[in-house]
Amino acid sequence: MSLPFMAVSEQAMPKKAAQPSGLQRLWEGLSVVFASKIAVTGLVIILFWIFVAIFAPLLTPYTPTEQDYTAQNQGPSAKHPLGTDSLGRDLWARLIYGARVVLIMLPVTDSFWLPLGTAIWGVLLGLLVGSTLGLMGGYLGGWVDEVVMRLLDAMMAFPVVLLYMIIIAAVGASATNVVLAIAIVGTPGIARLVRSLTLDIRTRDYVRAAEVRGESPWYIMFVEILPNARGPIIVDAMLRVGYAIFAMGTLGFLGLGLPPPSPDWGSMVAKGRQYILSGSPWAALWPSVAIGTLVVGLNLFADGLSEESTRYQ
Amino acid sequence: MTSTEHKHAPILKVANAAISYETRYGDVEAVRDVSFDVHRAQTFGVVGESGCGKSTVAFGIVDFLGPNGKIVGGSIKFQGQELVGRSQNELRKLRGDQISMVYQDPMQALNPSVTIGDQLAEVLTVHRGIPKAEAWEKSIKMLDRVYMPDSANVMTRYPHQISGGQQQRVVIAMALLNNPALLIMDEPTTALDVTVEAVVLDLIEDLKRDFDTAIVYITHDLGVVARVCNYVGVMYAGEMVEVGSVESIYGKPMHPYTQGLMRCVPKLGATKESSILYPIRGRVPAPKDRPKGACIFAPRCDYATERCLNGKPQLRELESGHRARCFHVETIDASTWEPPEGLVPEITPVGEEDGKEPIIQVRDLKTYYEQESKSLLSLVGAGEKLYVKAVDDVSLQVPPGKTLGIVGESGCGKSTLAKTIIGLETPRDGEAHFLGFDLTLPVSKRDVELIEELQMVFQNPDSTMNPSYSVGHQIGRPLRRFSAVPGNQVRDEVIRLLNAVRLDGSYYNRLPRQLSGGEKQRVGIARAFASRPELVLCDEPVSALDVSVQAAVLNLLMEIQHEYGTTMMFIAHDLSVVRFFSDYVAVMYLGHIVEIGPAEAIYAPPYQPYTEALLSAVPIPDPRAAQKHIRLHGTVPSALNPPSGCPFHTRCPRRESLPDGGKICEEEVPPWQYNTEDHRIFCHIPLEELRKLDPVVTTD
Repeated sequence: MSLPFMAVSEQAMPKKAAQPSGLQRLWEGLSVVFASKIAVTGLVIILFWIFVAIFAPLLTPYTPTEQDYTAQNQGPSAKHPLGTDSLGRDLWARLIYGARVVLIMLPVTDSFWLPLGTAIWGVLLGLLVGSTLGLMGGYLGGWVDEVVMRLLDAMMAFPVVLLYMIIIAAVGASATNVVLAIAIVGTPGIARLVRSLTLDIRTRDYVRAAEVRGESPWYIMFVEILPNARGPIIVDAMLRVGYAIFAMGTLGFLGLGLPPPSPDWGSMVAKGRQYILSGSPWAALWPSVAIGTLVVGLNLFADGLSEESTRYQ
Repeated sequence: MTSTEHKHAPILKVANAAISYETRYGDVEAVRDVSFDVHRAQTFGVVGESGCGKSTVAFGIVDFLGPNGKIVGGSIKFQGQELVGRSQNELRKLRGDQISMVYQDPMQALNPSVTIGDQLAEVLTVHRGIPKAEAWEKSIKMLDRVYMPDSANVMTRYPHQISGGQQQRVVIAMALLNNPALLIMDEPTTALDVTVEAVVLDLIEDLKRDFDTAIVYITHDLGVVARVCNYVGVMYAGEMVEVGSVESIYGKPMHPYTQGLMRCVPKLGATKESSILYPIRGRVPAPKDRPKGACIFAPRCDYATERCLNGKPQLRELESGHRARCFHVETIDASTWEPPEGLVPEITPVGEEDGKEPIIQVRDLKTYYEQESKSLLSLVGAGEKLYVKAVDDVSLQVPPGKTLGIVGESGCGKSTLAKTIIGLETPRDGEAHFLGFDLTLPVSKRDVELIEELQMVFQNPDSTMNPSYSVGHQIGRPLRRFSAVPGNQVRDEVIRLLNAVRLDGSYYNRLPRQLSGGEKQRVGIARAFASRPELVLCDEPVSALDVSVQAAVLNLLMEIQHEYGTTMMFIAHDLSVVRFFSDYVAVMYLGHIVEIGPAEAIYAPPYQPYTEALLSAVPIPDPRAAQKHIRLHGTVPSALNPPSGCPFHTRCPRRESLPDGGKICEEEVPPWQYNTEDHRIFCHIPLEELRKLDPVVTTD
């Protein structure tokens, strides 16, 4: 498995030197986003959640685990902008600290965490494995394709929630294992997408030119083909981050997500749900709204992006 | 319609039409100030390079411009009625009823899930309310009139069951069913092979006469215009720069652009000298970059003066019916035109080195594609194996520094032959040697030294470059991979190569999408020549380019070949281009080479009958050239089950000259007959007979 990734890093260096400045390309990308109202709406929602996640400690005087037994199940007030839960914890604080785990940090152990959120790591890992398998199936063809695709088909036959539960039940509930589950569930779909893109791109003359140059299959797959499949892959990845957030919510709700007392949106809904009918819907409402807006935001952004980029190709 | 009183009124009168498209950058005027008339039983050709607005004119006539296009000025009158400003509803009735269109790709015009009969009959039942049975009868009659063999049977088939030429005939029949007053044809033969094209063009000629229809014929091919049109309008950058009869425009082109176009086209003349190509410098401006208030052609014109930059010339009548948009027509004399410095490379022929050993030798090469039969047995791997004989018993050799042109129609195996030599396909049998290396190995098993010496130029300019990387990176890759120059000199070498293909160093950092088609093809050439290969295979390198760009790229290829002493194999379907470019030519049919020899020998008698038919089908951009009329009937047989004996016997127009009506052609594989030492012909007809054939093309 190490071979393809080495090929990428080796080739990425001269490529960067020869490209037009990164700023210029960033600007081109942004102009596509700003041309679409849908994409801008989505982007604003996403940026809002990223902003509150990054600056969470500055946006609330509380910590997410701080309990106040004098103020349980309260509605929004000046002291607690979104209210409190059954243990008197501030919901706004829990909500924005919860966004951190989803979007900007992955707690690996109690004291060590990686940048980028759990959902994003899950999708990235899925992309890595899925793209490799899809490229191999699409470019190498033959029995490699048969074996890889039949195995992935078998995985796709499982209902998604069941698959999540099986994986988490097998490896235990932790942030890294949620990443693993998201990656495993996402891999078949990504592989299928990349394979179909590869089947198209491999017929282009520049791929033949590389073959005529005697380039290795790994070089052709990762340097000639993959960069040209990036558009649809990026759009698909956006949607997948949305699914992953949903999956995290589902796992948390079922008690298979991050272990308590960490602020997990899914488990917040699960805990808050019993108080809905007793007149305190807030604890269940806010995390649901958070999951909903973030997923919708990502979907809008992905849709707008793909629509706009295909229109002016 | 009372025909006599309308005889002289034009069917279609376009006056000062202007058409714009809305884009992200605001409105772009694609066509402006276009005027022409089309009369009954006349063909008006609209000719020009890509992006000059010729299709926009065609679609504008019936307001088929899509949601972002609109006619912004002028008038379009059809049989005296104004079409501009009509509602889509009225136009829709007109389109089906009195104006018909034929498009480039017949497969897209026909519905693949409906039989041909139903599609044809529908035209009559919907627009004319004719009962189905009667409509069916009429459709069969119409198919007969477009010379469809076995028409009643064809009615029950689906589009994919008939050949491309037959599909286009069905589309034409469909267009004619309502007996339209105006027929608009948009590149109807561009997607067809040359022998099929010739038959369809003959058909269009006949129809114009029989149906009294006015035809607007849109094409980029000056040869096709010369064959089917009465009047021609030459378009450049959205304007019509010259209008006149075919004879006067080809005989005495007046506008400098038309003159330039004529000099760009390789002609199928008898001598090689007469086919020197002079490209037009510069390139067609994009709609938003067109000069305003000045002659649009001035930046590329050799005769441009101050006046051309300050004022806009109008289309004015110079001779009866011949109009041109130029201030200086009277003072321009095309016969004294001298090519500007550096336009055409000075190429002195490489000294007589014919005695040298051939650099590449191929003997009895066979490349088959395996195909499982559709029986149940093949599911378990026990089925009978079928083979598509893409390349069958091909032998050839090329002396160093020379060019071998390989011509043939689609499916003849020329691309498979190239792929086999380059190592992307593995031959089943036969030998191939190049510089002492064995070419029957696939590219993954070849030595780096061999790979370095054998490179390729590809057909499609849009896919020859990887869109993700800069030009410099892509040309540098072979240099790095083969360590052709030390790592720190790669950049200098890339810039040297860019200069060799006439691009300056500023292209180093550009991305492919910032390049025009011709520029991309130049970069592709630079990449192929980067490792200084001994042999370069060119697979249709210019067929996707406009004529003026094509001329420049061909000249460039010749120049580089000369500079580097490279041997080339040049694959093309265009016989005029091959004639211009090659020292030797091989003609392929159904996987076999049927004739091979020096270029002059191929284009003169004795001919192999297939070569003769190919040559007589090529449209020649000269209405005065006399050309033999030989048409091939039937379709190319399947390579899965090729005919016995001579592969060409099913369609050969000359086999009747043999005793028994050419029974021997069906039974025995023809011998190779040697006309000269290096000119051989694959045919049963004795050489003496073939020598007696007249030349196909004669120009005065």
